[in-house]
Amino acid sequence: MVAIEDYVARIEETCGKEKDFIVIFKYDKKEQAVAKILKKAKIEKSISAIIFELTFKNVSFRLYGTGKAIFRDLKDKSKVQKVLVDLLL
Amino acid sequence: MLDPYKIREDFPILKRKINNHPLIYFDNAATSQKPKQVIEAIRNFYENHNANVHRAVHTLSQEASELYEKAHEEVANFINANGMEEMVFVRGTTEAINLVAYAWGLRNLKKDDEVIVSLMEHHSNIVPWEILSKLTGFNIKYIEVNDDGTLNYRAFEDIISSKTKIVCVSHVSNFSGVINDVKRVARVAHEYDALTIIDGAQSVPHLPINVKDLDVDFFAFSGHKMLGPTGIGALYGKREILEGMEPFQGGGEMIREVSFNQVTRRCSITWNDLPWKFEAGTPNVCGGVGLMEAVKYLRKLGMENVKAHECTLTEYAMQRMQECQKVKIYGPKDASVKCGIIPFNVEGLSSHDVALFLDNYGIMIRSGFHCAQPLHEIFKLKSSARVSFYIYSTREEVDRFIEVLKEIEQV
Repeated sequence: MVAIEDYVARIEETCGKEKDFIVIFKYDKKEQAVAKILKKAKIEKSISAIIFELTFKNVSFRLYGTGKAIFRDLKDKSKVQKVLVDLLL
Repeated sequence: MLDPYKIREDFPILKRKINNHPLIYFDNAATSQKPKQVIEAIRNFYENHNANVHRAVHTLSQEASELYEKAHEEVANFINANGMEEMVFVRGTTEAINLVAYAWGLRNLKKDDEVIVSLMEHHSNIVPWEILSKLTGFNIKYIEVNDDGTLNYRAFEDIISSKTKIVCVSHVSNFSGVINDVKRVARVAHEYDALTIIDGAQSVPHLPINVKDLDVDFFAFSGHKMLGPTGIGALYGKREILEGMEPFQGGGEMIREVSFNQVTRRCSITWNDLPWKFEAGTPNVCGGVGLMEAVKYLRKLGMENVKAHECTLTEYAMQRMQECQKVKIYGPKDASVKCGIIPFNVEGLSSHDVALFLDNYGIMIRSGFHCAQPLHEIFKLKSSARVSFYIYSTREEVDRFIEVLKEIEQV
């Protein structure tokens, strides 16, 4: 059974009132994770193939080719995990 | 002047590529890279001298003990302390401050006493005092910071009083790199019979330090920010103050004798000599050996040269960053009043976006609050990006950083 833990190394919650959630994909799975996300999410903007501004089910986020993603408008970690489940599994 | 290109040859990690780009390491305020001399000293210790210290009569223990004691002497000498009795090895700056808070503060700070802390402190010099104030009921007063990020000395002089027992200030801000006049802070504190604890985590790696000249009472710093390994740091304390203090933690190295009294059915304990009285348990011997090697390396370069190199590079970087129209730099614009730290933001982007974009090009910088959230709140910043230089940082690296920064502006 595939789980998001197979792709995600950790999710870091930044300090402050407006929290960002930074998702760091596992080093050996990051290319797969990026490819899966790009396949499912809508690309709003691509900058030098380094940053992708994406939307998925009304959630906007940024994906980095180096295997990281930043979620801004989600209230808690469980919501980030839910989006990742839909994107990766 | 030091030669960063020659120095780089001693740092194996700087040959690495990250995301197919040569590594540019600009996160030195978080931790420094390690020269092969330090790496070799650690390897040599474990291959040839590893044993527990001060506990056995065998040869290896004697060798390890001698190395560990020599490390204390070397580090004490580096900041001009009066020998190893004034040099307690700890895990790092955070533990050093906690040691003072609990070993000194718990016994000396009472209700109605006051502790003064600056608002530019790293959380490590705020949180222990806030925790302790809830235990003993003393009050904490914070020193305001000026708009350019410098310490407001007048505000400090206004809030200090006969109730003040200790003043807690960083030597160099880990957010802006501003160098505080801690000699002045200590002089004023002593006029009120208050002690001073200085967070030297960002100053000892970058400036010549003379604790006798500064006349501070406690001075804390970390090994890993000054070429040494993680998990080792130091607390300087004036001998007479350390002698008057009870231990922080109990067990192992800090004990001279534990004897069981058959009548009272209790143990009576006598403490070991300084500095061991404050080093409970088996210490980080290898960390101490690594730190000694780091100190030798820095001493060979000359701390005046280290300071001059970073000042020149900071000035150059700040000047070049002004070419970027969307970049806003925080803190003083005069590089001579700060160490090699530049906090900034790029208009329209979060600091994490900036850091991740740079990471794509192999450039490592810090983003977020840098454990200085109160200061960010004062400046009304959601977060900031931070570049910080060291002895191996070069102009070419700064040029590359600016190139990528200009690319980020197009985002």
